[in-house]
Amino acid sequence: MNITARFTALALPALLAGSALLANAPALAAGAASAPAVSDANIFNRNLKKDAEVNPPPWEDGIHDPENEATHALQPPKEAYAGLPTTTFGNHIDWVKALDDGLLRPRWDRINSNEEPFVMDLDIVRPVKASMPDVVFPHRQHTEWLFCSNCHPAIFVPQKGANQISMSAILLGQKCGVCHGKVSFPITTASCKKCHSKAKPEGWSPPLSDATLKNPWK
Amino acid sequence: MSPKIERKHPVNALILGLLVSLGLWIAPQDSQAEYADVVINNYADAAGMRPAVFPHWFHRIRFRCKVCHADLGFQFKAGGNKITMAKIIDGQFCGACHNGEIAWSVENCAMCHSGIPGTPTHFHGSTLQRLIAPAYKPLDTKETAGVKYDENNQKK
Ligand code: HEC
Ligand code: HEC
Ligand code: HEC
Ligand code: HEC
Ligand code: HEC
Ligand code: HEC
Repeated sequence: MNITARFTALALPALLAGSALLANAPALAAGAASAPAVSDANIFNRNLKKDAEVNPPPWEDGIHDPENEATHALQPPKEAYAGLPTTTFGNHIDWVKALDDGLLRPRWDRINSNEEPFVMDLDIVRPVKASMPDVVFPHRQHTEWLFCSNCHPAIFVPQKGANQISMSAILLGQKCGVCHGKVSFPITTASCKKCHSKAKPEGWSPPLSDATLKNPWK
Repeated sequence: MSPKIERKHPVNALILGLLVSLGLWIAPQDSQAEYADVVINNYADAAGMRPAVFPHWFHRIRFRCKVCHADLGFQFKAGGNKITMAKIIDGQFCGACHNGEIAWSVENCAMCHSGIPGTPTHFHGSTLQRLIAPAYKPLDTKETAGVKYDENNQKK
């Protein structure tokens, strides 16, 4: 639902309820009553949810209490994000690029700001059975932020191909989904190719399912 | 804050209508908060404090994940660390930094306890939360059944 539709859907009935109490506002009530009645069941976007506002300040974000004075002392994300490379999902910030370009210097150690991360440059290619490009898991970008023990062995056995990973597990918050979809970039149409980044070989086509091969009606 | 309900005053009724609808509009489940903000409310509400809100975006600008999730031992689970004030003033969890040395000290209660009362513990904006219906579970449920490994990486 876009912001206006949503606002109208929710605000109008309440406004009308308000104005119905008023003897001096019959025009508004009458105008709305004569509008054609499309049932709510036939609303254009039944399930689409769009963010009304990207990176809103804490006091408008719906989880911070605007009645709490300290809420207004918190930093609005947009202020901090000024000048950082953008994306269209998650925080709408390309954290990897921001780090690579030297626009951020997050500490690797709580106290010592000069300690360097233990970066390992090792790509793991995971062939995908479906038509999607194969998945490349890059250790470099991960070890810029994380330590080996954040993933090994609790989330992944450190051995190529030893872990069974599927998209449904990821969407359920397991495997890559422990972080992706929570803190690191989320799973959405515009982000698929960040993971599915290695083109399939020339002429590759998806295997036909048994149900098609044995289809009695064909 | 909320205006008195005074039926004789049209403006008040209108404002009330607006506030009511705005209230619905920004209800927690529909909030627009920054991706990866965590509301932590295991105990706060019950003790009469607003829930704590932890902003990942703000902290990851200053620290790599490794500092909190490897060195300080924060588990990857919203609400899973059972954080309490007793632990914080002992220098654990938030208290490893919010001690007046690395970051402002713990007497700034309302900086952390800034959530809307009654908001449950959750991870804001997660893919799982935004799905229209629960994710599809594959027929082979081996991994969703949670295969565990011991220290030697052998299946338990
Ligand atoms: C974000 C999670 C993550 C982090 C952090 C991480 N790894 Fe990995 N690692 C993986 C994944 C995923 C694989 C691939 C497993 C598979 O294919 O089943 C892997 C595979 C490996 C392998 C096996 C390579 C092979 O060819 O068999 C080694 C060795 C390894 N990692 C070492 C490390 C070390 C050392 C670090 C720290 C410097 C580290 N990893 C950090 C996720 C991670
Ligand atoms: C422990 C947390 C964690 C896990 C598990 C994890 N990632 Fe990541 N990943 C990150 C972080 C943090 C980044 C940095 C970018 C960000 O935060 O959006 C990242 C970045 C990436 C990038 C780099 C994107 C770029 O712009 O270069 C790719 C690709 C990626 N992850 C794929 C995967 C895949 C595939 C898996 C599962 C095999 C996985 N990740 C598991 C935390 C994780
Ligand atoms: C965080 C990284 C990541 C992102 C983002 C991601 N995928 Fe995947 N995807 C994977 C991994 C890992 C696999 C498993 C590959 C394998 O078989 O080892 C996979 C597998 C798949 C498969 C094969 C079927 C299956 O479940 O194994 C399909 C289809 C797929 N992904 C589609 C998508 C689509 C569509 C998107 C975007 C909405 C997407 N993926 C985004 C990591 C990712
Ligand atoms: C650095 C952030 C931070 C600051 C500052 C802070 N708290 Fe907390 N506090 C938390 C977190 C996180 C929790 C765990 C919330 C939960 O699970 O409900 C918590 C829990 C609590 C609880 C319930 C659990 C318990 O320990 O009994 C109370 C009561 C509380 N805080 C009071 C205070 C008061 C009073 C102050 C100021 C003197 C304060 N807090 C300052 C982060 C903070
Ligand atoms: C300043 C400390 C800090 C830093 C830095 C930090 N986190 Fe967190 N993280 C937390 C806290 C606090 C929680 C909530 C724990 C709780 O509620 O008990 C959390 C929770 C999580 C969770 C749990 C999500 C779930 O399923 O509930 C994930 C995943 C996570 N963080 C990933 C990351 C990644 C990836 C990074 C780096 C880009 C990162 N964190 C950086 C403190 C931090
Ligand atoms: C690794 C160190 C570290 C840990 C752990 C940590 N913080 Fe922070 N936090 C900081 C620093 C540094 C700042 C910035 C302080 C300043 O502005 O002087 C900060 C600032 C904040 C802010 C204010 C953000 C703003 O908009 O200015 C909040 C709220 C906050 N922390 C909450 C928490 C909570 C809740 C926890 C525990 C769940 C926690 N922090 C754990 C280091 C940490």
